[in-house]
Amino acid sequence: MKLSRLVHLAGLSILLIATLLLVACHQDQPPPWQLSDISGHMPDLSFQLTDDQGKTVTAADYRGKVVLLYFGYTHCPDVCPLTLAHLHVVMQRLGKLSDGARILFVSVDPTRDTPAVMHNYVTAFDPHAVGLTGSPSDIEALSKRYRAAFTREPGNANGGYEVSHSSGIYIFDGNGNARLLATPADPQDKLVHDLHLLLSPGDAT
Amino acid sequence: MKSCAMLVLLAAALLPVGSVRAAQADHVAATHAWIRLLPGDLPAAGYVTLQNNDCNVATLIAARSKTYASVMLHQSTQETDGMSSMVMVEHLKIPAHGAISLAPASYHLMLQQAAYPLKIGDNVEITLDFADGSQLPVRFLVQPANAVDAN
Repeated sequence: MKLSRLVHLAGLSILLIATLLLVACHQDQPPPWQLSDISGHMPDLSFQLTDDQGKTVTAADYRGKVVLLYFGYTHCPDVCPLTLAHLHVVMQRLGKLSDGARILFVSVDPTRDTPAVMHNYVTAFDPHAVGLTGSPSDIEALSKRYRAAFTREPGNANGGYEVSHSSGIYIFDGNGNARLLATPADPQDKLVHDLHLLLSPGDAT
Repeated sequence: MKSCAMLVLLAAALLPVGSVRAAQADHVAATHAWIRLLPGDLPAAGYVTLQNNDCNVATLIAARSKTYASVMLHQSTQETDGMSSMVMVEHLKIPAHGAISLAPASYHLMLQQAAYPLKIGDNVEITLDFADGSQLPVRFLVQPANAVDAN
């Protein structure tokens, strides 16, 4: 009789501890993001460049939109198109919510990437993509702001050359605050999950 | 490996005259061959999976095409600091009874200066050259820029 009461008591205490742990866990909820949270670690979106229509644009033109900032160049046949193709699928999976997002593809090769070249390039990928180019100093300023590096490699006999560049995708909320960092290796599911949260109306973030 | 050597011996016994060893290209099967087409005259990338059914390594040393003035074997690399670069590849070994994928963000053929404007759905023949001088012509299917997993 005594033993069974003891067992009963032990069972109750375990239940109590488990409940307390659960409550504690709930209060100490992990952040909802699946990508790297860069809130407070990167400056707000700020730039003045030329879009693929030849118009001068600044970060203020994209306020109210969730921005995916990616540095690349059109003569990059492999990694840049792969990244943009993945972002296209992400946009498709977001459905109507994707109207609130813009992919800003910033050229690190402004010599070859004129607004016209950029226009043909970005429209081949996704209607939410905007090509941005500008003076080398303006582009360098923007890339340095986000610690994204790029280097022009030595040219070949035909005058062609490659540009090595950072491959991160910087995500900003509608107020231009830096929020998340994705890499091309991140699965689409993570991007869809986090963008869904950022784009949903009345999101608690 | 053992059975492979036996086969070679058997073949040698059956063919007393002439060369026994078939060319590298004869043992390589190409599948999933496609090109990501980019607008205008921008360089495109060609991808293919190469399966080597021989007991000897096959070594890809070059590729060429009548459709593109320049075909180069490249590899995209990703540094730990997130920098993405491209490097030229002199030769690519396909292991015995193994496969190598030329796939996005890895090995690829960089295709430049198309002889005519290509369209989605076109087929482009690219010849792969192996170290022993043998050749493998492969038909690549032209896919849109935003194709993710083509074919």
